[in-house]
Amino acid sequence: MSDLSTGPDLDLSVDLGGLRLPNPVMTASGCAAAGFELDQFFDVAELGAVVTKSIMREPRSGRATPRMAETPAGMLNSIGLQGPGIGSFLATDLPWLVGRGARAVVSIAGGTVEEFVELARRVTASPGVAALEVNISCPNVENRGLVFACDPRQASTVIEAVRAVVPDGLPMFAKLTPDVTDLVAVARSVVDAGATGLVLINTLLGLRIDPATLRPLLGGVTGGLSGPAVRPVAVRCVWQVHAALPQVPLIGVGGIRTGADALEFLAAGATAVQVGTVIFNDPSAPIRVTRELAHELAVRGFVGPADVIGIAHRPRGQTQDRIA
Amino acid sequence: MSVTPRRPSTSLQVRAQVQSVRQVGAYHHLTLVAPGVPERTRPGHFVALAVGGDSSAMLLRRAFSVYRVREGGVHTGTVEIVFAVHGPGTAWLAALRAHDPVALLGPLGRPFALPKEPVPCTLVAGGYGSAPMFALAERLHARGCAVHMVLGAATENRLFGVLEAKRSAQSVTVTTEDGSLGQRGRVTDVLPALLARTRTDVVYSCGPMGMLRAVADVAEQHGSHSQCAVEEAMACGVGVCMTCVLPVVGDDGITRMVRSCVEGPVFRGDRVRWDAVGTVPDGTLGAPRQGAH
Repeated sequence: MSDLSTGPDLDLSVDLGGLRLPNPVMTASGCAAAGFELDQFFDVAELGAVVTKSIMREPRSGRATPRMAETPAGMLNSIGLQGPGIGSFLATDLPWLVGRGARAVVSIAGGTVEEFVELARRVTASPGVAALEVNISCPNVENRGLVFACDPRQASTVIEAVRAVVPDGLPMFAKLTPDVTDLVAVARSVVDAGATGLVLINTLLGLRIDPATLRPLLGGVTGGLSGPAVRPVAVRCVWQVHAALPQVPLIGVGGIRTGADALEFLAAGATAVQVGTVIFNDPSAPIRVTRELAHELAVRGFVGPADVIGIAHRPRGQTQDRIA
Repeated sequence: MSVTPRRPSTSLQVRAQVQSVRQVGAYHHLTLVAPGVPERTRPGHFVALAVGGDSSAMLLRRAFSVYRVREGGVHTGTVEIVFAVHGPGTAWLAALRAHDPVALLGPLGRPFALPKEPVPCTLVAGGYGSAPMFALAERLHARGCAVHMVLGAATENRLFGVLEAKRSAQSVTVTTEDGSLGQRGRVTDVLPALLARTRTDVVYSCGPMGMLRAVADVAEQHGSHSQCAVEEAMACGVGVCMTCVLPVVGDDGITRMVRSCVEGPVFRGDRVRWDAVGTVPDGTLGAPRQGAH
């Protein structure tokens, strides 16, 4: 039933450092669970990939409620990485996703380097995993010092240790936070440590005060800001990192709601994109964005994502720029 | 390798159309044409509406218990909800006019469980929590159950469906905190005597958390089963956002933070850790050691 290409010439497939995907649209970690709930609204195997919610070693209750607050064109969340633990995930969630024929990108999160390494080892030993996403940037952890991606050295320590246990040829991506002064320095250090590519960006740390109580609204006090409100920040991050590291495959994520939004990320230098918070508004959003992106490319005369990746960095009027 | 088939769709994502919006006391009664949804809906199910249109800056879905459904042809089945205006999202819904489009997901969640035997049942509702109770009463009647209703609110215009209750139930007791209609006080003031008099086996409740907790306690003391439809804030309504959790004890005796959208909104009253809602109680599966999170 694939009607994802709008013309005979359009080919949406992309290559992310060896990860071949039929189209560049994925779910964002933490916004699609492991695909099961969304499969009743669209065929998750039609997406470029499903990125699972970050899994940790042990079962985890997450934080107290309230865990979310609506904000203008976005939301704050402080889930606190609730999850069943790696054992249950590998026994139940992952086999279902792989069995459905979806490309499974498994996101892992740890409190220590050792936890990341154990998770990476167990995930990559499981059949059907298309790639690993290493979440070193979740803001909802007890200790801000554990946000490895805030520091280039800590970030590279995790990635280097994980790379050592990930089989050659299995792509691994590091997910980074925009809440740093020098994102390019962090990006460079994790690429040097062996990351195949980068996922830009995780949520921004935010806070809301309840007007009734004049106290923090979230149970976890601070939360991660996501949704269309953060899209310009995410596009800026993709732009900066692509300018500095043009050979590194980037996955753009942050506030994508439409195919036109996704196109913006490709133009800034992303090879693929992830659709996250807008799933809460429209559970079919990932497949809708895929179709809309195909349309956006076709109407501009492009034959595939490769035509447009990073195009915003080139002067107007070049040959690749068919809309000039 | 063989591919697992897609999971059957229990819920639909439809572009509903407003048939009518009417003010009823302090509330609004919204009727939506939502083809395919009525046939699948059972009492206790809810729907999640997107507010503000396709480019709205309000991203999160608003969840509402279904008041009633009318099955119809391909273009005529309707779903009705009752709500209070709490903020800009519900204000947008209240301002809708006939034929306006609304994105609807539904039916969602687990509905009320029905007794297998024709036993006496008491349905307790706070404010517009009465919305799902009329369809439930109908189902219970169809099974031969005697149905009693208790409707409570702060004041008269915050009651919903008193007349309809009188048509749906063998007995109706009304309480208001200010005494403007029925007995002055709360639903739990009248409940113990009612449960005893009617020999109630199952108590169904829907309303604010504090009321559900109190009703579950009374039911427990009386030795009745209880089924409570909880009202937790949700972002998605379909099980992916993990925001609408509350501590619930499983068959294995272990407390877990469970999603009220897919494992609820109806829970057994004796399984919810009412005293710990809004917290992660000690001993919960995966709870932080030493209260760290």
